[in-house]
Amino acid sequence: MQTILDSLREAIKLLATFDPELLEIIGRSLQVTLAALLISTVIGLPFGAALGMARRVPARAGVMATLYTGMALPPVVVGLFVYLLLSRAGPLSMLDWLFTPAAMISAQVIIALPLVTGLTVAAVGGVDTDLRLQVRALGATGWQTALVVMAEARVGVLVAVAAAFGAIISEVGAVMLVGGNIAGKTRVLTTAIVLETRKGEFALALALGMVLLLLAFIANGLLIRFGRDIGMER
Amino acid sequence: MHSVIANLIPWDMLFSLDRVSKEYNSRKVLDIDHLTIERGEVLAIVGPNGAGKSTLLRLLNFLEPPSSGAIYFDRRLVPARVPLALRRRVTTVFQRTQLLSRSVTANVAFGLQLRDRDAPGLAAAALERVGLADMAHAPARKLSGGEMQRVALARAFVLQPDALLLDEPTANLDPHNVSLIERVIAEQNEAHGTTIVLVTHNIFQARRIAHRCGLLLEGQLVEVTNVETFFSSPQDARTSAFVGGKMVY
Repeated sequence: MQTILDSLREAIKLLATFDPELLEIIGRSLQVTLAALLISTVIGLPFGAALGMARRVPARAGVMATLYTGMALPPVVVGLFVYLLLSRAGPLSMLDWLFTPAAMISAQVIIALPLVTGLTVAAVGGVDTDLRLQVRALGATGWQTALVVMAEARVGVLVAVAAAFGAIISEVGAVMLVGGNIAGKTRVLTTAIVLETRKGEFALALALGMVLLLLAFIANGLLIRFGRDIGMER
Repeated sequence: MHSVIANLIPWDMLFSLDRVSKEYNSRKVLDIDHLTIERGEVLAIVGPNGAGKSTLLRLLNFLEPPSSGAIYFDRRLVPARVPLALRRRVTTVFQRTQLLSRSVTANVAFGLQLRDRDAPGLAAAALERVGLADMAHAPARKLSGGEMQRVALARAFVLQPDALLLDEPTANLDPHNVSLIERVIAEQNEAHGTTIVLVTHNIFQARRIAHRCGLLLEGQLVEVTNVETFFSSPQDARTSAFVGGKMVY
């Protein structure tokens, strides 16, 4: 109990004093996570929507099984895979991304993309097919119909984005492997927590954990607010 | 050949169907030898479940192409790839009301927005007509079944289509809503000359609203004639049985 109270005090102190190192770690965590989320969303939303709305998809069962398997990918395995691709002997070594934020973003995209896509497929597939027919009967083009379906599935789509955000901001295995937890370069909140725990600085580690939770809370709050804004009053 | 046929179609025919069939998975669900629908008429199509009534409406709204045969609209052959402008001249209100999770006004204005047309005044007027002016800002999906169907009708009316297709517009509604909906449908036809094709199980409703009535059985049109003849002296024994309530289906 004392450790938890100490960590709470430490977290407040760190935030209140605008600890430059903490701010830098928070900034990088957000930079890596939001970049990976943006890429995953830009690719995953249209792909998931198309898959959810398409009447016939060749090998649909195989595609969906692959997607759902992707949703269960262990981050450390993703990290290992990206590490091997980017390492000196790997096929993508010329990018020189290993132990850089670019490598961390790549790994997180691999983790987030199946989540965004798979949950978008489910959300869009949940929209009544008769609604699509009605929208077309009212004179909508194919694109307009797709946008209406996405709007109707917005709660599920937002859940997809929120789930992906939650998965990658709290992820440690992949970013540790491909980022290397280098201070001032690739250290993010989760890798910093691991480091402080190993050093026995439990209060600081817990404080960082609380900061992480706070960030997730704020991000999800913003998503919910956004969901409300695009809700009824249109 | 099709252009020759098109020239033979009288100017007052909005739809003309020539040997139209529709198959799903090699099963023929609609097989109409000939059907014409006049401009400004109310045509009721009655028949049991699975007779192909809803399929017919989908073909008339150009939402699906026929498996064979030709559909003429406004004396022109409807091509396989239907131009958007043509599709927008017809609209359907389906049996299961499909409203968007938006306000009532946003739902009514939806079709207008698709066409980049000014919405608020028109939507308000359409809501007034269906008696829902005071519900304009309510969430559409929170309304009762009857109110939702009236919103769906207002959403269709506001587009001023050449043809309005109604699939069981009053199924499962209370008498008050049935009467109100029948009144606004008749108004739309009389005041705006909108051609209306009404699909219904309710032969009494068909008799009240329609100018002509047709019986569809197992995908085939048994008889299409004016309402008086259809109900009083039908030519086909199956029509007699259907309107006399003797057809068990």
